[in-house]
Amino acid sequence: MDIHEYQAKEILANFGVTIPRGGIVYSPETAENKAREIGGSKWVVKAQIHSGARGKAGGVIVCNSPLEVAQATDKLLGKKLVTNQTGPQGKIVNRIYIEEATDIEKELYLGLVFDRSSESIMIVASTEGGMSVEEIAKEKPDSIIRSKIEVAVGIQDFQARELAFGLGIEPELVRRVSETIIGCAKAFSELDATMVEVNPLVISKQKQILALDCKMSFDNNAMFRRDKVSELRDKTQEDEKEVYASDRGLNYVSLDGNIGNIINGAGLAMASMDMIKLAGGEPANFLDVGGGATPEKIVKAFRLITMDKKVKVILVNIFAGINRCDWVAEGIVQALEKIEIKVPLVIRLAGTNVEKGNKILKESKLNYIEASTLEEAANKAVAALK
Amino acid sequence: MSVIIHKDTKIIIQGFTGKMGTFHAEEMIKYGSNVVGGVTPGKGGQKHLDRPVFDTVKDAVKNTGATASILFVPPAFAADSAMEAADAGIKTCVAIVDGIPSHDMIRIKRYMRRYSRTEKMTLVGPNCAGIISPGKSMLGIMPGHIYKEGRVGIISRSGTLGYEAAQQLKNLNIGISTSVGIGGDPINGSSFRDIIEKFETDDETDVILMIGEIGGPQEVAAGEFAKQNMKKPVIGYIAGLTAPKGRVMGHAGAIVSAYGESAIEKVEILKECGVTISKNPSVMGDTVKSVLEKI
Repeated sequence: MDIHEYQAKEILANFGVTIPRGGIVYSPETAENKAREIGGSKWVVKAQIHSGARGKAGGVIVCNSPLEVAQATDKLLGKKLVTNQTGPQGKIVNRIYIEEATDIEKELYLGLVFDRSSESIMIVASTEGGMSVEEIAKEKPDSIIRSKIEVAVGIQDFQARELAFGLGIEPELVRRVSETIIGCAKAFSELDATMVEVNPLVISKQKQILALDCKMSFDNNAMFRRDKVSELRDKTQEDEKEVYASDRGLNYVSLDGNIGNIINGAGLAMASMDMIKLAGGEPANFLDVGGGATPEKIVKAFRLITMDKKVKVILVNIFAGINRCDWVAEGIVQALEKIEIKVPLVIRLAGTNVEKGNKILKESKLNYIEASTLEEAANKAVAALK
Repeated sequence: MSVIIHKDTKIIIQGFTGKMGTFHAEEMIKYGSNVVGGVTPGKGGQKHLDRPVFDTVKDAVKNTGATASILFVPPAFAADSAMEAADAGIKTCVAIVDGIPSHDMIRIKRYMRRYSRTEKMTLVGPNCAGIISPGKSMLGIMPGHIYKEGRVGIISRSGTLGYEAAQQLKNLNIGISTSVGIGGDPINGSSFRDIIEKFETDDETDVILMIGEIGGPQEVAAGEFAKQNMKKPVIGYIAGLTAPKGRVMGHAGAIVSAYGESAIEKVEILKECGVTISKNPSVMGDTVKSVLEKI
């Protein structure tokens, strides 16, 4: 789960990270007041969307008066921002963060992620802040320094100190940089985060260490014990169909093609998408109804797929284990009594009681195309497009 | 003797009396697995499915001599249950449960470092289908009848894609020595490399089919291990050719976030390691067959 910049800043501030003065607003009027309240003579108006690279997309505007702050807020609110991470449909701006401008002397990069090789938390830092970590890795790989946190004991002071000295921080500022690193590491461990990124972490001309932009992601599997974090979810930043799916216990990812598919199991779903592509088609989605493929889940899956207007063919591929094909077939028949399908439907059943399952489908009034293998299913789905 | 489990392996069910635990215990018993009892804290002393229930894993191990366990407990309690199994001397623990926080998985793995290599429990999963040695024992939730007895070892992150492979092999009259579902989570108990190593020394396995997917470094690590240390042929398939970068594809671990984690990159690296690639998921069986014909 992702959260907004201002939410990540609030969290990290509670762990001892210093952030510039700022506040969240929802209208141009409050923006003007907020700018006055913050004080100073220069402000940054930042569109809050779940994406990086907002600056290049016009989502960050520097202003010289409270009036300009109001105008910039007016310009951004309700707009869809398209960045290189949002896809062409962009993300809607409903919240604006107003922040005092910072006189930047130096920009650093600080990121924390799970390292799947060593199964620990990895801190990545670089003197080349302001660029994405991918760009840094490509253009200035030598600037990157890393440190692994032993999760059983947590981050140690010396590790933070080593990183700070490694970044070439002047000695009198090392303590503040260390505290920032330690704060981020503690937030990561204590809140079940999967990613914390401060980019840039800046040294200001006034020698303050400030987290200028922050990003945090959290482990969905841990939200049962993180009430305060899960409250920060902003569904307006997610794909409408993906929200519908996640609220109903389905794993769904919206894609650009036109063959909708309903599959049980994530691996089989990815494999079926690969087969569609090899057959010359493009999947409209990834959809895993779960290994068990219960009739309730199948009904929900059909409702979801029929919401997607780009879908021109539906492919159902279920490998029934303990849940048996006859039971799955009955689920499909029941689902399609409730939901009208206007596009060709290809169904492939496999596994336990496959003959019985296919018999049930044949004897129903269902209009569908039967397939017996993964390959045949994909080929028939692509052929049905024409 | 088959790897990890064999015909007489004594199995206990953690979360025995719950709905899931009961259902799958019955399936395992029907298959012929040697289920000797189970654990549900607070229900010790009762009988369930004609077998004793214990309050703690230690009690169960002491009274039944169990060496394997399978977890059917909710995600919030799974880490605790796995550590309890390790501490009680269980040698093989399968965690079926989907939804264990990654921070908990790391904690389990750190906890297990207290045991020496020979004493250490083999944890398989979480978010997996479990282990089956066809005709001998099933410590999992798979449909046992699609697995024919034979000499191919299977390791799969995905459950249903593993079933697909077993079915394709059965249709070609090819059998399986052991199939291990290692699960779809980013941090898991046993990696491809851990299991592939066990298959290399297993005298009942001739070739290994490795079914991977996008995300994480484990397929590549197994390929590199195979190149340096293995004599048995390895066949691989990687799902997720069409998966977009940076998106989680159902499995929490199926996300491309670094170089070498996409399907195309993994396939290229595995080829360089001498792994025979099944070019698409519908020819996994045929690819295994062609490799078997060459040995």
